[in-house]
Amino acid sequence: MSLPGYNFAYLDEQTKRMIRRALLKAVAIPGYQVPFASREMPLAYGWGTGGMQVTAAVIGPDDVLKVIDQGADDTTNAVSIRRFFALTAGVRTTERTVEATIIQTRHRIPETPLTAGQILVYQVPQPEPLRKLEPRETETRRMHALAEYGLMHVKLYEDIARHGRITLSYDYPVLVNGRHVMAPSPIPSFDNPKMHRSPALQLFGAGREKRIYAVPPYTSVESLAFEDHPFHPWKANAPCGLCGATDSYLDEVVVDDRGGRLFVCSDTDHCTTRRAAGHRGAAAGHALAGAGE
Amino acid sequence: MTALAPGFVDPPLAAQAVFRRLLDAMARPGMVVSLEAPPAPPPLALAAGAIALTLCDADTAVWLDPALRTAEVVAWLRFHTGCRIVGAAEDAAFAFAADTVALPFDRLPIGSDEFPDRSATAVVQVARLGAGAPLCLAGPGIETTTRLHVQGLPAGFVAWRARNHVAYPRGVDVVLVAGTQIAGLPRSTAVTEG
Ligand SMILES: [Zn+2]
Repeated sequence: MSLPGYNFAYLDEQTKRMIRRALLKAVAIPGYQVPFASREMPLAYGWGTGGMQVTAAVIGPDDVLKVIDQGADDTTNAVSIRRFFALTAGVRTTERTVEATIIQTRHRIPETPLTAGQILVYQVPQPEPLRKLEPRETETRRMHALAEYGLMHVKLYEDIARHGRITLSYDYPVLVNGRHVMAPSPIPSFDNPKMHRSPALQLFGAGREKRIYAVPPYTSVESLAFEDHPFHPWKANAPCGLCGATDSYLDEVVVDDRGGRLFVCSDTDHCTTRRAAGHRGAAAGHALAGAGE
Repeated sequence: MTALAPGFVDPPLAAQAVFRRLLDAMARPGMVVSLEAPPAPPPLALAAGAIALTLCDADTAVWLDPALRTAEVVAWLRFHTGCRIVGAAEDAAFAFAADTVALPFDRLPIGSDEFPDRSATAVVQVARLGAGAPLCLAGPGIETTTRLHVQGLPAGFVAWRARNHVAYPRGVDVVLVAGTQIAGLPRSTAVTEG
């Protein structure tokens, strides 16, 4: 059961109702940022308070919660959030993507394809995709209202003019349901295609910026691009050293004091599951695997 | 005065369970979903009552159509949710309707281009879900197209939905309700007959 003396999932009922009303409007207008009255959580901003408020409004005692931070289940941030909901909502937690009903994430989408019963909750630091181009909220709101996204295309085109390609490799803007340009949060652009027509429900919470938005299942999510410069999700050109995967997003890890480096899956559950099934990379058996990094 | 029907027995858990099914229904338009609903004063449908208990409070303006604006329903909603009951459909955050003839859909707030979320959610009672005339649905949350059978849909509903869809991203979101069952029709769903 949940911790006595606390509200179920920490938030009071009035706050949950407010967040739930915002979530339903967010689902009804895919990609549109719904303002909400963000509340204090017992973790600092930057630790995913927006995602935590969304999870708290959605989670129930029958849920199984997974929390990832940059693909890993065992960072301080991920462990704290998991423990928080185990205590306040009495939920079961897991590191396995396939077992989870709710996955709260910072900066990754799991490699294992999500299914129709699952909800992915993103922690979002900056929900406004146009903010770097236009600091004024009234202006960005007007641009979304008129679907006036020329500025975003100009910015991407400048990148092409300067570098010969779009160099943006994370938080790469997407067009949702053919209408609203949306920040996918700082996930690698490699993960963008996983959002497109996903059978799972995707919810986004920005605590400091007080915004909630959503992508319902089977909704079109297109990465912005040009006909002559199509979207290319970026990924290191190497297999995972531990499990040999060639189709997963990799982190480059320094493995010794002589500057030795190793590419390994950023999604630790994906890598562990593959290794358990007998897949072996060139550096299989490396101490890194045992440490669960 | 007769005793008021009770609300949720364990409000945090009951409201979470109802909200989760409602979220599911809005994320997968046309899917018929059952709610665990406590008793509600007739003619308020059980699922409509459960939605009010889950989402309405002192911060929400609730409009009731003449069929639902009975002393019992008003007293029950006020006591359990503390919501404000408003007389004008134009002021509604939530509109509850049971009349199948005269519906003020075009008077409900649809939000602005800047704030399309400042719009009403209409909880519309019908005779049956999963039986009756078919509606064809398409849009976010639906893999290709899907059919929702509804008995007792209000007159002019499909024509109103077409006008509502043209106003996107402004618009009213609908939850159809029959007994303890619900089906979501967010503004993003294109609704046609057949
Ligand atoms: Zn691997």
